[in-house]
Amino acid sequence: MHFRFTDAAIDTASARRELLDRGAGGYVSFEGWVRDHNEGQDVTRLEYEAFQALAVKEGDRILTEALRRFPIKHALCIHRLGSLDLTDMAVWVGVSAAHRGEAFDACRFVIDEVKHRVPIWKKEHYRGGNSGWVNCERCAVAPRHPHEHGHDHGHDAA
Amino acid sequence: MNSVAPVYGLILAGGASTRMRTDKAALRYQGKTQLERAFDLAGRHVLEVFVSVRSSQITEPTRAAHPLIVDSVEGEGPIVGIRSALAAYPKAAWLVLACDLPFLSDAVLEQLLAERDPTALATAFRSAHDGLPEPLCAVWEPAAGAALAAYQRGGGHCPRKFLIGHAAPLLEPRDPRALDNINTPEEYAQAEDALSPIARTDPMQLTIQYFALMREQAGRSEETLETAAATPADLFSELTLRYGFTLSREQLKVAVNSEFSDWSRRLSSGDAVVFIPPVAGG
Repeated sequence: MHFRFTDAAIDTASARRELLDRGAGGYVSFEGWVRDHNEGQDVTRLEYEAFQALAVKEGDRILTEALRRFPIKHALCIHRLGSLDLTDMAVWVGVSAAHRGEAFDACRFVIDEVKHRVPIWKKEHYRGGNSGWVNCERCAVAPRHPHEHGHDHGHDAA
Repeated sequence: MNSVAPVYGLILAGGASTRMRTDKAALRYQGKTQLERAFDLAGRHVLEVFVSVRSSQITEPTRAAHPLIVDSVEGEGPIVGIRSALAAYPKAAWLVLACDLPFLSDAVLEQLLAERDPTALATAFRSAHDGLPEPLCAVWEPAAGAALAAYQRGGGHCPRKFLIGHAAPLLEPRDPRALDNINTPEEYAQAEDALSPIARTDPMQLTIQYFALMREQAGRSEETLETAAATPADLFSELTLRYGFTLSREQLKVAVNSEFSDWSRRLSSGDAVVFIPPVAGG
């Protein structure tokens, strides 16, 4: 089960089926959507791009880490690329597990790590015609420590 | 001033090397003499390169293989070499380099030539050690010829004091170590150690892929280029000079051959390098 990209709408029904397991008592998913505002600006659409050769490796490492850290059955993440409109789904994470607690925890872990480690970028287009690469244009990014897991990343956009 | 003078290179190799107790120009790093290293480095940035020598040195083998400019004016020290070059080609500006700067890089020379002020007598770097001009990694303009002659007639002999006295524009070197020179056998040993894991004598071919903000600022998504950059850090410095990237190295990660890498990794010909701006998935 591999981290993957798609240029089309994410098929969540089909992705969910990949997680089915006779030993699983539950399934948790997270969907990241394109919303109409970010940091005080009115967003009209987003463009996603990725360094795919490295991103799929790093994405797989995150899924493998989730399976090692949490007693879960399966974990999967699909990220969309290209131009997305408001309300479109940008990312989907699904986790199945025997018990709901681990499924919630692992799902949260996967989306947090994906947002911070996988080389994916989004360009926001604003009402009025301006645009900007998120986390790059304002240059106020403090050095991060991607291997310090377990803390709550407070500046998630989704 | 109606035109900017073309730049030639002058490698100073006339010093007596008293503290080193051997001929500095012939010291080797990775099998290449200091003189050859400086000569090849300058040759990648200017039209033509000459080696400055005293008349007693013209048959010395390390020097004789190169085009020479023999001292033609009276006096001692590097000022004589600089004046002799300005006299030999009065319409040229001179990228003057001491041969004992083993940490000089393409990025340093690109910065010097890009930020050169052709209306000044010379453009030099400010030493990271004492804040004073470094006259032996500098561009000397044609008009400096007459001014140096007058300075020497007045009893002056120090090109550094000349630059201070004439308020030459000073650049801040992006790599503060780049101008460290070596004068003693101990300093030579340290420099050889520092250079050995990353030293590179020939340019190599690298592929660079650009994404997101880096792609927009480079104006391309991929390129293959010849570079002498030994590490991703050197390569980033070189490309920042070319493209004016707004993100600093501290804000980026780097990947080599589709895997995260250290900035100090030694690059090999054929490597594919990606500079990774702050990510924003989800």
